[in-house]
Amino acid sequence: MQFLVLAVLGGAVRVGTPFLFVSLGECITEKSGRINLGLEGVLVLSAMASFLIANLFNSPWLGVLGGACVGGLFAAIHGAICSIRRVNDIAMGIACMMLGIGIAFYVGKPLIQLNAISLTSLNLGSWSSSEQVRSALEINVLFPIGILITLLMSWGFKHTKWGMIIRMVGDSSDAAKAQGVSVTRVRFLSTMLGGAIAGIGGASLSLCYPGGWNEGLSSGQGLIAVALVIFAKWKPLNCLMAAMVFGGAGSLGPALQSAGINGYYYLFNAVPYFLTLIILVITCAPQRALRGAPSELGKIQ
Amino acid sequence: MSNKTINHLEGFFLPFVALIGSLFIFGLIVFLSGKSPVEAWKLLFLGAFGDSFSIQNTLQRAAPLMLTALCVAIPANAGLTVIGGEGSVLVGALACSSVPYFWSVPLNTQGTCILMLASCIAGACWMSLVGVMRQYRGVNETISSLLLAYLAVNLFKHLVEGPMRDPGSLNKPSTFALSPELLIGGIAGYDVHWGLVWGLVFCVIASLWLKFTSHGFATKVVGGNPRAASFVGLPTNALIITACALGGAAAGLAGGFEIAAIHTASNASVIAGLGYTGILVSFAARHKPMLIVPVAIILGGFGSAGSLLQRRLGLPDASIQVLMGFAFVLILAAESARGRVQWSRIWRSKLDHHGAGVK
Repeated sequence: MQFLVLAVLGGAVRVGTPFLFVSLGECITEKSGRINLGLEGVLVLSAMASFLIANLFNSPWLGVLGGACVGGLFAAIHGAICSIRRVNDIAMGIACMMLGIGIAFYVGKPLIQLNAISLTSLNLGSWSSSEQVRSALEINVLFPIGILITLLMSWGFKHTKWGMIIRMVGDSSDAAKAQGVSVTRVRFLSTMLGGAIAGIGGASLSLCYPGGWNEGLSSGQGLIAVALVIFAKWKPLNCLMAAMVFGGAGSLGPALQSAGINGYYYLFNAVPYFLTLIILVITCAPQRALRGAPSELGKIQ
Repeated sequence: MSNKTINHLEGFFLPFVALIGSLFIFGLIVFLSGKSPVEAWKLLFLGAFGDSFSIQNTLQRAAPLMLTALCVAIPANAGLTVIGGEGSVLVGALACSSVPYFWSVPLNTQGTCILMLASCIAGACWMSLVGVMRQYRGVNETISSLLLAYLAVNLFKHLVEGPMRDPGSLNKPSTFALSPELLIGGIAGYDVHWGLVWGLVFCVIASLWLKFTSHGFATKVVGGNPRAASFVGLPTNALIITACALGGAAAGLAGGFEIAAIHTASNASVIAGLGYTGILVSFAARHKPMLIVPVAIILGGFGSAGSLLQRRLGLPDASIQVLMGFAFVLILAAESARGRVQWSRIWRSKLDHHGAGVK
């Protein structure tokens, strides 16, 4: 039992880190009044790109940077095309998801056999003599960066001019126009920035333990993250909590399997999806608008 | 030309231009991989429509796409963006292969019909969950349908590799195969199975339903303007949930045909992304059931050419996915040009030009 708790807690950070980055990226995009379902594509594409770049230059950190750039550029496609009048951002998100995954599989085909280059993880557990505690406290080095971005976003939305502009564009494009702010430009930049943040999440999929690139690397993590933002009521700090919960839920299956409980592997894999659905059913409400939701979200321009 | 004709022509022309554009981008990518784009285009055509074998392959792939596209198109007409058709396909496939586990159905056409009906019902129930969650709890249907699809994939794998596994299937875990009497054969000795006919029939029925029945009309009103619909007292909830269920039934049937006509048992080969390609088909056909038929045949053709591209040019198997991704993005972008290009002016200036040249 103690073993299981430790494994789930350790997994919360390890599995939850990609969730955290993608949900932060989606949070910033949605704050500006646009939904980018294509972050699933961004996640897969940037996972492949950062693995490729890390292998080319033999430097995992350059891979992280590359993943963020590729993620930002790919999200920029979504941002740019959705700036055209009457383009539905949800449909375009689906298209970007398919395209991103397609390109990642196409370019990434020869990368599958390559050895993993990984970021070294932070060993916070070296004080402990217990093997399990040490492995649980082996923390993904990108996780502190994620916390930093969370705090920065949480502070920035409230206290900086740019944060307020993004929120204003998301809450009332008319008010923004009256202030002389270009709604399209702010949304484009927010989408791109969101893609870049999600791109770091991609890097953490392919460059952190266990590392490596294969076609089953992400199966809907990007989409779960989009749902997480709803659950987190568009607050970055809540995104952090939600990502940890989902990371823990996601690591339940592998933890039980290593404990020798077999036969339910796929059912445990399904837990995060099921949990997301349940949470959506509980937190969404049919009549009143969701508290905290940017009011421009889902409006047809 | 009247505005209506122009509108119709644009509806064909713009997606067509987008498709050509995506073929160009695809050629560019092939060129960047150091292969000949002309060769790739040629193989794409030959693999899709080159000889009778490839045409049969194309039609065989088009059949389930018609049904999975309906799973997007019918809810779309009710105003929903449902993209988890894959879930209904898998649930339908499971239903089809699981009925013989607990009920010895008659080993004839009647039995096959029971299996197909089971697939339809399973797919419909699965997808109507999406409508229920949206109408009663306000859950975004796009996200919930996709989450349900991932859930279905895991459920499918669990049942196929666990409780329902045929112990004889060693390398590739499968359920017990259907007995040969229950399988669906080809049409008149060809490889193309009866799923194609049913795909066509359902597209026609869906089209007639939307155009000529009051229920179909009410569904479109709900999709177009939910507030107006509730003002005139239409049963919004029932209409939307029915639309989801009908779409799910179509996708479930696609899963049933995959089992009874192709794979004979549920195994990992069924998880081939039919539901996802269906999304593209439906969007390219602008959610019009009759347009789904030709679009499904074109995209089925791409799918059938994929293996040829892989064999002859050594392109990765994802190349068709890239092509479809670009096609999807460009089709959506082209849609925004509808009704905004002043064709008559362009046309007239061209005519003037020609006239001047002749003089």
